[in-house]
Amino acid sequence: MSPDRTRGTELAAQGRIPPERVALVDLLDRLLAGGVVVTGDLVLSIADIDLVRISLRALITSVEAPDARRPVRGPDLPETVWAAGTSEAVWAPAPRDHGYPP
Amino acid sequence: MAEVGTYLYAITLGAGGAPPADVPGVAGAPVRTVTHDDLVAYVSPVPLDRFGEEPLRRSLEDLDWVGETARAHHRVVEAVAGRAPTAPVRLVTIYSSEDQVRDLLHRRRDDFAAVLARVAGRREWGVKVYANPVTAGSPAEGEGLAEAEKPGTAYLRRRRESLRSRDEAWRAAAAHAERVHAELAAVAVASRRHRPQDPQLSGRDDWMVLNGAYLVEEERGEEFTAAVDALRGQGVEVELTGPWAPYSFTAMDLGTADEEDAR
Repeated sequence: MSPDRTRGTELAAQGRIPPERVALVDLLDRLLAGGVVVTGDLVLSIADIDLVRISLRALITSVEAPDARRPVRGPDLPETVWAAGTSEAVWAPAPRDHGYPP
Repeated sequence: MAEVGTYLYAITLGAGGAPPADVPGVAGAPVRTVTHDDLVAYVSPVPLDRFGEEPLRRSLEDLDWVGETARAHHRVVEAVAGRAPTAPVRLVTIYSSEDQVRDLLHRRRDDFAAVLARVAGRREWGVKVYANPVTAGSPAEGEGLAEAEKPGTAYLRRRRESLRSRDEAWRAAAAHAERVHAELAAVAVASRRHRPQDPQLSGRDDWMVLNGAYLVEEERGEEFTAAVDALRGQGVEVELTGPWAPYSFTAMDLGTADEEDAR
């Protein structure tokens, strides 16, 4: 790698956001609800106890009780849906009606 | 003195992937690779006196700690996702040794290959749609009447109308979000809806009516962002993030082979 070819320019060339500028909340959506989950013979995984969600919720509600009128949490959402016509077809259940309570 | 665990970040396809030398992992440790056939796992050592179950239980209640760890995890994933099909692993997945990780690659080779084939040549985009409860809930009609009323009466009437129209506004915004999601999903290979973000974490009071993730062919990236731009305005705010490593499309649960045999 040439000295002027820094990681920053590499990322810019790829059109990616520098990790430092990614909003934590967007990152946690993905790191806590996505990714490969391995259970079994490992030492520890979030999947085993799901404690991040529990802890963050506790942390947040202790900061301020949420306004009940605001749609803070929706119902359980449909899982990933793959477009018809792709080789993977539907990888998960189809979406359901998704109206939140007002 | 402390025992050491093996923190797993991501698995990629394509032999010969070197660890990202300039990107440290969680706890500042250097990232290493574990390979098996054409699969590469990216790992780093973590001290179990800080990454064991009990210490983690406490650490995970500290949002600063979670943020720091999530960013370190993300930096490693980003560094490898730019050069090979990548399956990120969920935050805080720790093995007792690198041998155990190698064994995982061996036992689950076909599962990883299938997931990596799904995401190869594709990128994840995030699209959030917000509706503002104040503007969305303002009565659009009847403003002319207000001039003839006493200010107090007008205020109360507007407030009543506002509360009623707030429910309608919510339904309208939710319906709009459905249309946005359908249009974007049509350009994507796969789509997924995350839960709306908590206002305490997002720092926004607006209604988040869509928190979607879309897996899009690389060559259709421009078409996708153009579709997002076309959906802006119309009374809602549309926020685009990405491209991301395919976090939202590699969610799969891998038990161990032993576990399956036993049941």
